Amino acid sequence: MVILQIILFIALTGVTFYFAFAKFKEIYDNVNLGKPEKIDTPLSFRLKKMMLIAFGQKKMFKITFPALLHLVIYASFLITQIELLEIFIDGFIGTHRIIYHLSEGTFINSLYIFVINFIEILSLLTFFVTLIFIIRRTILKIDRFKKPEMKGWATKDGLLILALELTLITFIFMMNGGDSALHIKETGKDYGFILSGILGSALTGLPDWLLLTIEKIGWWGHIMTVFAFLLYLPYSKHLHIMLAFPNTFFSRPEPKGEMHNMPAIQHEVHAMLDPSFVAPEAEGEMQFGAKDVYDLSWKSLLDAYTCTECGRCTAACPANQTGKKLSPRKIMMDTRDRMEEIAKCKKEHGPDFVDNKTLLGDYITGEELRACTTCNACVEECPVNISPLNIILELRRNLIMEQSDSPAEWNNVFANMENNQAPWQFSPSDRLNWTNELN
Amino acid sequence: MQYKVPVMSDLVAEGKTPEVIFWVGCAGSFDQRAQRVTLAFTKILNQLNINFAVLGTEEACTGDPARRAGNEFVFQMLAQQNIATLNGYGVKKILTTCPHCFNIIKNEYPALGGNYEVLHHSTYLQQLINEGKLKVEGGQFKGRRITYHDSCYLGRANEIYEAPRSVIEALDADLVEINKSKANGLCCGAGGAQMFKEDEPGKKRINIQRTEQLMEVYPDIIAVACPFCNTMLTDGVKNENKQDEIKVVDIAELVAQANKY
Repeated sequence: MVILQIILFIALTGVTFYFAFAKFKEIYDNVNLGKPEKIDTPLSFRLKKMMLIAFGQKKMFKITFPALLHLVIYASFLITQIELLEIFIDGFIGTHRIIYHLSEGTFINSLYIFVINFIEILSLLTFFVTLIFIIRRTILKIDRFKKPEMKGWATKDGLLILALELTLITFIFMMNGGDSALHIKETGKDYGFILSGILGSALTGLPDWLLLTIEKIGWWGHIMTVFAFLLYLPYSKHLHIMLAFPNTFFSRPEPKGEMHNMPAIQHEVHAMLDPSFVAPEAEGEMQFGAKDVYDLSWKSLLDAYTCTECGRCTAACPANQTGKKLSPRKIMMDTRDRMEEIAKCKKEHGPDFVDNKTLLGDYITGEELRACTTCNACVEECPVNISPLNIILELRRNLIMEQSDSPAEWNNVFANMENNQAPWQFSPSDRLNWTNELN
Repeated sequence: MQYKVPVMSDLVAEGKTPEVIFWVGCAGSFDQRAQRVTLAFTKILNQLNINFAVLGTEEACTGDPARRAGNEFVFQMLAQQNIATLNGYGVKKILTTCPHCFNIIKNEYPALGGNYEVLHHSTYLQQLINEGKLKVEGGQFKGRRITYHDSCYLGRANEIYEAPRSVIEALDADLVEINKSKANGLCCGAGGAQMFKEDEPGKKRINIQRTEQLMEVYPDIIAVACPFCNTMLTDGVKNENKQDEIKVVDIAELVAQANKY
């Protein structure tokens, strides 16, 4: 019987990791569809950003209440990994609570009991927090959760994750509760787990076979839910629990106000102004700005996969607040959807297949892009250091320079800047006219 | 006092070198409202005997609106032209009253070979006050409610939040913060070349939204540090028919007015 369970466990683990790895590899490849960008930061800077922002949740605390709720789930998730480790050992070698039994009579045992208590208390808290999150999304309908881009799949995804969390916690208490009841019946005392101890002593009236069944359903249910999570993550907004770490690790160091230079145009203009300057040969096909995900930096693509669609960017966006079409969250979701579409096409039609769609046009429109004031509110808000602005500006470059899709007013401004060196139609010789008013 | 505006090319002809360049910017040069800020700042520089100069007709737009709209060619032409002028004069230090000029010269000109110490006038005024060189007479503003609107290109873009506030505090006025200020501040609606075109279709104009937020604390004065914020919020206040009660004023004007320059 035990051997069958071991085989089943190993098989399930193997299949899960095989499919999870394949999908994560696909995401890694998709991020590498992007253009190279050198993020030149020392390791100390990277670790600091990652520890403060991803691990330490620093930017979440811009809004205290949801940050506290989120912290409960996050802490619960981190600490549960310890119990998960034991489940893996037990599963692979067919033991039962191996850490507890091996450490009996030692200090480790007290530590183990403390950790399990910690997990159980956080799990119970997480259960209620998850309910609050569900209420926020379904009954309270917090504004940022009901924007147009949240219709359909995005909302279902969020709720499905929350439902999975409730399932996971239920299984944890079935597992520990059933096990505690059996332990009490066998030894006369509980493990020292406060919550499941209470639950266990309430269940001692049940027959052993039923308690064992509850415990087994809890144990297998728990690990199956974890596997389901792992397989589902790469398709879900919930991927942020992993990618928040690399994404903050690779935070850009420059001030938010700085736009990336375009050396190809710099050299072309330089050669125009100074005929003695010979521009270095441009590599590959010249394409200004970004029309599709291939033209964006890999960091922008990692940004897109890291986005958990919380919508703080969109809530802070001045254009969105005043009813314009632009939503920075939608920019991130579109970028991810486009990558997924490309991956799907390649799978169906071979690696060289190119469809006739592009991110700019088929997903994101000029109207959205033109509404951006480049105010950096979205970048400031993002709890995991995503920059929707970077994508917006790269797409705008393509819109203006490749597609000449520019409002007439902007064309006038460009002409004025070229001819009069000012955005307005004033003569450069009038630049000092203001001094007439001085005395 | 007879105020003077030394022009770089004249100084060079006389064999003189100014310590700093006052980068006036297109708004500061041509926009009637912003010109008054330029005048105020020029008076402060004169009163403190700062050895400064302007580029005058040799100054060109920094290229900010073009670059942010997406037209890199126009930006590169203007930027390279400006850098040639500045480097030709061996300029080391630049002051400006425009956060957009400040941001682009400080952060984006270095990649094109333009390396200067660039200060926005809020930081410069703060330094002068801290060094004791600039004394601000508080009397006029005592008890007046002033709220400060953060410019995106000063605030979030470059994390300058305290400098303009410390200038206002020197006025002995009542600095009242609105809920959405500093890193959480809302844009005035002008950035990213929005200043130069109609809004995209929507329910409301951004400057109206921002003005409403600022009016929540019943200010006598909305202090700004950006010529474009100045225009947008002045329009916003007019739209609410409050132009007689609420003035939109640049921090340089506040200082000049306090000291009766």
